[in-house]
Amino acid sequence: MSASTTKTKNAFTTSGLTKTYGSGETAVHALRGVDLELPAGELVVLLGASGSGKSTLLNILGGLDHASEGSAHFFDEELTSMSDHQLTLYRRHQVGFVFQFYNLMPSLTALENVELVTEISNDPLDPGEALKLVGLEDRANHFPAQLSGGEQQRVAIARAVAKRPTVLFCDEPTGALDSKTGRTVLGVLQDVNINLGTTVLIITHAAATADMADRTIHFSDGGIRKVIINKSKLSAEQIEW
Amino acid sequence: MSGNWETKYSMTPLDRKLVRDLWRMKGQAIAISVVIALGVMLLIMMDGLVNSLEETKQAYYQRYRLADIFAPVKRAPDHLLAEIARIPGVSSVEGRVNGSALINLPEIKTPLRAQTVSQPDIGTPRLNDIYLAAGRRINPNHKNEILLLEGFAKVHGLEPGDKLSATMNGSRRSFQIVGLAQSPEFLFSAPPGEFMPDDARFAVIWMSKSALAATYDMNGAFNEALLSVSRGSKLSEILARVDRILSSSGGIGAYALRDHTSNRFIQEEINGLKLSSRGVPPLFLTVAAFLLNIVVSRMLQSEREQIGLLKAFGYSSFEIGVHYFKFIQTIAIGGALLGCILGILSGRSLLVVYQTYYKFPFLLFQVDSATFLIGIVISVLSASAGGIFVLRQVFALTPATAMRPPAPADYSHSANLNNSLKFLLDQPTRMVIRQLTRQPLRAVGAIVGISAGMALSVGMLSVLSSFDRTLDLNFNIIDRSDLTVSFNNTLSDKILFELKSIDGVIEVEPFRNVAAIMRNGFEVYRGGVNGLVELPRLNRAVDKNLESIRITNGGIILGAGLAKTLNIKTNDILTVDVREGRRPLLHVPVVGVAETLIGSPAYMHLSTLNRSLGEPGRISGAHLRIDSSKSPAIYKTIKNLPSVAGVSVKKQAREAFKKIIDSGAGAIRYIMAAIAGIITFGIVYNSARIAFAERARDLASLRVIGFTKNETAFVLLAELAIITLISLPVGSILGYYLSFAISRGFSTDLYQIPAIFSPQNFGFATIAVLAAAAVSGWLVKRDISTIDLVSSLKTRE
Repeated sequence: MSASTTKTKNAFTTSGLTKTYGSGETAVHALRGVDLELPAGELVVLLGASGSGKSTLLNILGGLDHASEGSAHFFDEELTSMSDHQLTLYRRHQVGFVFQFYNLMPSLTALENVELVTEISNDPLDPGEALKLVGLEDRANHFPAQLSGGEQQRVAIARAVAKRPTVLFCDEPTGALDSKTGRTVLGVLQDVNINLGTTVLIITHAAATADMADRTIHFSDGGIRKVIINKSKLSAEQIEW
Repeated sequence: MSGNWETKYSMTPLDRKLVRDLWRMKGQAIAISVVIALGVMLLIMMDGLVNSLEETKQAYYQRYRLADIFAPVKRAPDHLLAEIARIPGVSSVEGRVNGSALINLPEIKTPLRAQTVSQPDIGTPRLNDIYLAAGRRINPNHKNEILLLEGFAKVHGLEPGDKLSATMNGSRRSFQIVGLAQSPEFLFSAPPGEFMPDDARFAVIWMSKSALAATYDMNGAFNEALLSVSRGSKLSEILARVDRILSSSGGIGAYALRDHTSNRFIQEEINGLKLSSRGVPPLFLTVAAFLLNIVVSRMLQSEREQIGLLKAFGYSSFEIGVHYFKFIQTIAIGGALLGCILGILSGRSLLVVYQTYYKFPFLLFQVDSATFLIGIVISVLSASAGGIFVLRQVFALTPATAMRPPAPADYSHSANLNNSLKFLLDQPTRMVIRQLTRQPLRAVGAIVGISAGMALSVGMLSVLSSFDRTLDLNFNIIDRSDLTVSFNNTLSDKILFELKSIDGVIEVEPFRNVAAIMRNGFEVYRGGVNGLVELPRLNRAVDKNLESIRITNGGIILGAGLAKTLNIKTNDILTVDVREGRRPLLHVPVVGVAETLIGSPAYMHLSTLNRSLGEPGRISGAHLRIDSSKSPAIYKTIKNLPSVAGVSVKKQAREAFKKIIDSGAGAIRYIMAAIAGIITFGIVYNSARIAFAERARDLASLRVIGFTKNETAFVLLAELAIITLISLPVGSILGYYLSFAISRGFSTDLYQIPAIFSPQNFGFATIAVLAAAAVSGWLVKRDISTIDLVSSLKTRE
């Protein structure tokens, strides 16, 4: 699998992607036939109300969940036909995740949390470098309990990018943070996108985040309502929160 | 009206939460309840058995007027009975004639031994009456009427109305069975010289005194006096006075009921049960308390938001505390009630087993109602002890802190892994080690619990193998004969030539048994001295290394148990008060201690013993080695020898012993070993479940990052594996010491339970623990495979 991030290629292509939970009258249609093309190297923001389907899409693209119908491709690989083990390897080598509640291992220090990932990756960043990227080189030997929420989220980002992922998925990365800290975290994500060329997908409720994206996708009722391509991106510091 | 009813009788929301919480956590709740139930079950079962055996024994003794004192004598004239009755404190006296007989059943080749006991010619016995199970009592005018021991009759299909042929004092006679009987003095009745009851090979025949006296030349005389004493009288004084009265008639030494063999066997059993019922149930309840502690602690952690919410609504800490307390007590009381039911059921079925070797005419399983109460109360108390410390957390939480997600668990004070160690350990291994060292008490608790379970298993298995050891030592190493012949009276050793001349007899070895009282300071033992040839080959005394001990001319060799009872060691001088012949009082040095597990033998050189008695060349029996192909003819010849009182076939004695071990006495020990396995499983499974619940989110994160299922399972299961592996040596060491405690607790001078350390026992217990751990691990690993990655990550905690 090529990790190249040529702008001309699509990182993700979906066609008729459908996800249904349950069956019969109680069936919940989380995704109703989504057709989408996401060029590699972009910073993409997914907006929409709760239950609009954005998290479901991210979970399927991230290899955490299976689609009910339709297909999803990561470059030329068909994600929707992969086995559990293939999905594990896909997550291990191509994907980084950042979550609302950080999901750090409480029993490992900041540095060790990063090392957790670099140990199983093929061509990782130096764990110290990764922490430097998020400005936490001084906190390397602290346990999560000794870090603030923003610091924990930056460790989570360092952990996610340390494997040099092709794509970084962020589900409400600033949801549990105050605006100042949130802006710092978004800044880090933007840096990763620009400096490492990583494709970044961010789910958020904060509509203003769209101002720093290459592309904003609006979700409602399990489908894409509109896609806006942003020609004049702002930096994270410039965003009105 | 209906609204009132609903508010009055419908459940409060908290109670509904309680019911649903219990349902959600049913696996763990049941596992803990079962551990409590097992503890209570054992308590109820063993206490009930003690209660039933003791009460029934007492009632049986009382109803059939079992004597307080037994005074065997060679031959005493009846008028001495009146003299005995005049001793202050004696309330009634009965003189009777006992003897031995060989029963000839046409279909049985080997001679069957019987004890004959007289019944008074007029009325029922004042003491040691019989329980008539079938038929009628003897008509003293019909000299050939007998009552037969019920157990023996049943095995051989004999009924009232049947004929029975028996050889008494050398002459063969035919008797009419008129009834089947049992008696409290034969509650536990092993064939003479053996230690396990065997209904098929031992009988008691009751017949009228006049008929029996004629047979044994005891007209106007008795050879056993039975006494009952009034409450509060001094037994030792009465015993001494009886001995004085009977000394000139060949009194062997009066003894009290507590020294009566049958009574002692049952009393030892009751004492053993008492000991177990005090020692074992607390172990289960402690384990349950520990499990409740970690389960409730985990529950409070995961429900802190709900607790905060309840407090925000205005529920008091106390009300919320009560809610969780109810959760704990539902598990405890549920377990205790289940334990009560299981205790009654298992007690009842064990009682049936007991009845096969303790012959009670009636035996009801009765538990003292206080025991149920104790079972429930200590379950509640130990569960409370497990939960109460955790409940402090409820009081400490303020609504605001409870509503915020908790900070990540603080590991900054856990294992300080230095750099060299870090170099060796990958991240998942560091997680495992920090997890263990962060909550060392919990890890230690789990280790102690598993070790205790394993120790119990090792201890019980040791007891089981000690039976095999007893069997082997007694029937293969010490006794190498095929047959043991005993005579009615002592005979001249010329009989040996007669025995040796029987076709098929390979080897003959004489012995002489004399009744004696052995004293060392204040320690007294009433038993017998065994006269043996200098280097016996068929029935030996062996030392610790199982080498033959030479029976020297000038000393006495004591069985290990007896030496302990008498608190005497080699080279000390023992006083032997011989109660037969001219009754010499001997002071002999202890020259050796013999390894023995059954009985309390004391060995002296045959000719030394005879010389001290002034009866040279007399023997009371012989051990024989025979050609097994000729055994039927040999049995037949020996059966017809006039002087033979009994023949014991070793093979049959061993089989009887083995049968009892396998079916009866062994049963309870197998149950204990199985229970020890369950306790291990309970702990390992609960620890694994909780570890999984606590770390579900971490594990999901690892899966998301790209760890495979097996790599993820390692983080959880390695911790379990480490705890299990540490428990193995700890459990082995605890088991080693527990074996000693058990063997000490159960050993008496009737039999010794050795502590046996066979590698198999440790191996078996290790396999049991590993199997329990593996099954628990497998159950939890299944959950890792089905873990919902998405929802685990959404849960904030």
